Amino acid sequence: MKVLVGVKRVIDYNVKVRVKSDNTDVDLSNTKMAINPFCEIAVEEAIRLKEAGIATEVIAVSVGSSASQEQLRTAMALGADRAILVETEDTAEPLTVAKTFAKLMADEGAELVILGKQSIDSDNNQVGQMLAALTKRPQGTFASNVSVEAGHVAVTREIDGGLRTVKLALPAIVTTDLRLNEPRFAKLPDIMKAKRKPLETKTFADLGVEVKQHIQLDKVEAPAARQGGVKVGSVDELIQKLKDEAKVI
Amino acid sequence: MRESMEFDVVIVGAGPSGLSTAIRLKQLNADLNVCVLEKGSEVGAHILSGAVLEPRALNELFDNWQELGAPLNTPVTKDEVYLLKDGELSKELPHALVPNTMKNDGNYIVSVGNLCRWLAEQAEGLGVEIFPGFAAAEILYHDDGRVKGVATGDMGVSASGEQLATYMEGMELHAQYTVFSEGCRGHLGKQLISKFNLDTAADPQHYALGIKELWQIDPAKHQPGLVLHGAGWPLEEASGGFFLYHTDNHQVVVGLIVDLNYSNPWMSPYEEFQRLKHHPVLKQYLEGGERVSYGARAIAKGGWNALPTMTMPGALLVGCDAGTLNVAKIKGTHTAMKSGMIAAEAINKVLADTSLSIGDTFNALFNDSWLKQELYSTRNFAPAMHKFGTFWGGAFNFVDQNLLGGNMPITLHDTSLDHAQLQNIASAKKIDYPKPDGKLSFDRLSSVFLSNTNHEEDQPCHLTLADDSIPTGSNLSQFAEPAQRYCPAGVYEIVEKEAGPSLQINAQNCLHCKTCDIKDPAQNITWVTPEGTGGPNYPNM
Repeated sequence: MKVLVGVKRVIDYNVKVRVKSDNTDVDLSNTKMAINPFCEIAVEEAIRLKEAGIATEVIAVSVGSSASQEQLRTAMALGADRAILVETEDTAEPLTVAKTFAKLMADEGAELVILGKQSIDSDNNQVGQMLAALTKRPQGTFASNVSVEAGHVAVTREIDGGLRTVKLALPAIVTTDLRLNEPRFAKLPDIMKAKRKPLETKTFADLGVEVKQHIQLDKVEAPAARQGGVKVGSVDELIQKLKDEAKVI
Repeated sequence: MRESMEFDVVIVGAGPSGLSTAIRLKQLNADLNVCVLEKGSEVGAHILSGAVLEPRALNELFDNWQELGAPLNTPVTKDEVYLLKDGELSKELPHALVPNTMKNDGNYIVSVGNLCRWLAEQAEGLGVEIFPGFAAAEILYHDDGRVKGVATGDMGVSASGEQLATYMEGMELHAQYTVFSEGCRGHLGKQLISKFNLDTAADPQHYALGIKELWQIDPAKHQPGLVLHGAGWPLEEASGGFFLYHTDNHQVVVGLIVDLNYSNPWMSPYEEFQRLKHHPVLKQYLEGGERVSYGARAIAKGGWNALPTMTMPGALLVGCDAGTLNVAKIKGTHTAMKSGMIAAEAINKVLADTSLSIGDTFNALFNDSWLKQELYSTRNFAPAMHKFGTFWGGAFNFVDQNLLGGNMPITLHDTSLDHAQLQNIASAKKIDYPKPDGKLSFDRLSSVFLSNTNHEEDQPCHLTLADDSIPTGSNLSQFAEPAQRYCPAGVYEIVEKEAGPSLQINAQNCLHCKTCDIKDPAQNITWVTPEGTGGPNYPNM
């Protein structure tokens, strides 16, 4: 069974996001970039399936700039067998990414696609669902447990107030939640080996994926700065301030 | 038994000196197997410097650096030197009276972090293996005492020392030569200096703490290439100086360097820096701007007199790990790079001809280099300031550097120890620092937030105490535990508990500046490497 895994290059979760002074976007100049944490969980899950003898090949796929090669190399250091970068300098919309994965899923004959539930930069939470719709295959989103048995994958989903386990016929699409697993660290020799693993670069045109712009980014704004607090001398003063200044009582 | 990997040369630390060593090695012999370990999450993440770069070493490393796109975008256009008299008044020093070493014609305002990111790309292009996120935690030795290599730290160990589900054992990296380029007060370099007695012929090393911020300012006030330096206010209890450089993209970098031989235990370099920014000379540019980043790093500034022997069996010490900074120029990048290049040339020679000794080969190359000439001719600069004070020391330096070209026929020594200078709180004047205004000055925690520092929470504390009782014992009674004030990241806190005062170490905030390892009066704190990738994530610093 071939497994396709999505890997997105995003701003590192440790880095404090800063908005450009002209409000056009987030400032990413020389900031630390990393694999989207949910994608990292997807990679880990795929590697575990391979280690368990269920997956035969794990293919890491990224849609993004040429710099995304760094994250694909990391995925291969963690255990992915090869990687495909669909290169674009523009921000790819969820639908474009979903169409790309649909094409690759067919080309590769992948029976399972594991994606992060969302990326921590744009927080769309759309690609997995769109991919399921485009390919007319079942989806198991927000997975906290995945187990593959003869022709099926059982996915335990984190839902409000509990867990729901669904059984999907393969090929299927799974999106990962935070508690699915704890990704491993890459080992030094594996990082070196990953440099020699195959990384194929394609374009949307190569894949016949039509790119259409549906979304336009108008502006990005930082949250309003918090006002400093004041110390009050008495309960009466507090009540008076809540009444007259905050106007909440 | 740990796994091991073999290399010709292993380099510890991807800063200017380590990367220059790696690049020069591959330029001299493309077949050499060279790897660089870096504890930061990526190259540049832990690099913090002013900085005005003198491109001399870079010119020698890549004479086509402009074609290759090195990030030297802002040539220095104007130098201003100020003496701040008090919180309002200042005097600009006439250009003719500025020591020659402080003039910056032909130099560039750079982010050394970005320079290192670029150097790492060049190194990888030449076939160097760079491993960010792996800290060299331990030195390995052969039976005969020769350095064998280093071991990376274990990952996935809990605070209490147990193996977590993600546990990964450290790995041994063996090499014919190991180059230590950890920067100032490297925790392995410190062990090597002591084990091989590398500093017996040298004066004690002297240190300073540099605190830096990056600001986005009003484009109307921005003058790319303008360089400001100065001394005086607000430092009354310590020597040091400030810098403010107008770099590209409407940004300025501003910082304060405080010598760590200060004696007043109430001194807080962090708060000195915060109030400095209110002086009109600095405020005129910063006002209305926004702070983008914050960080701090100790500086080894002993220069020639404090320079240890840089070679030992199987290993070399380069850059600020040894102490090659030129304090007269307040620049260390070009000298660090050069020291790495010389190390590479020496290693290449002894690998080709094993009858040569690394010590003699390195020393011959070093003594023939401009690096030696530069460090030797400025050997009196800092000791003069220490001995005679800012004014007479400055006058001495003017005569020495501008009239005699660094050839004053005497050598001044400063043999005092930075950590031994603190006076008892009973005789020290308490310092009242103004509250931050949230516009120009800020508290420690909101500053640390901007450094993007992070450490995995469940791991052993990387700030180790030889004796747990000292912080709340002699350090508290004699010096009111100065770590609370000298640490620029608020790592050390004395908290009152029912059983009495107790020390809380907020290791997650640590910026890896090493000041505690240097300044603790009891030399009780040892900084060790946390889990790889831990620490700040500086952009453009």
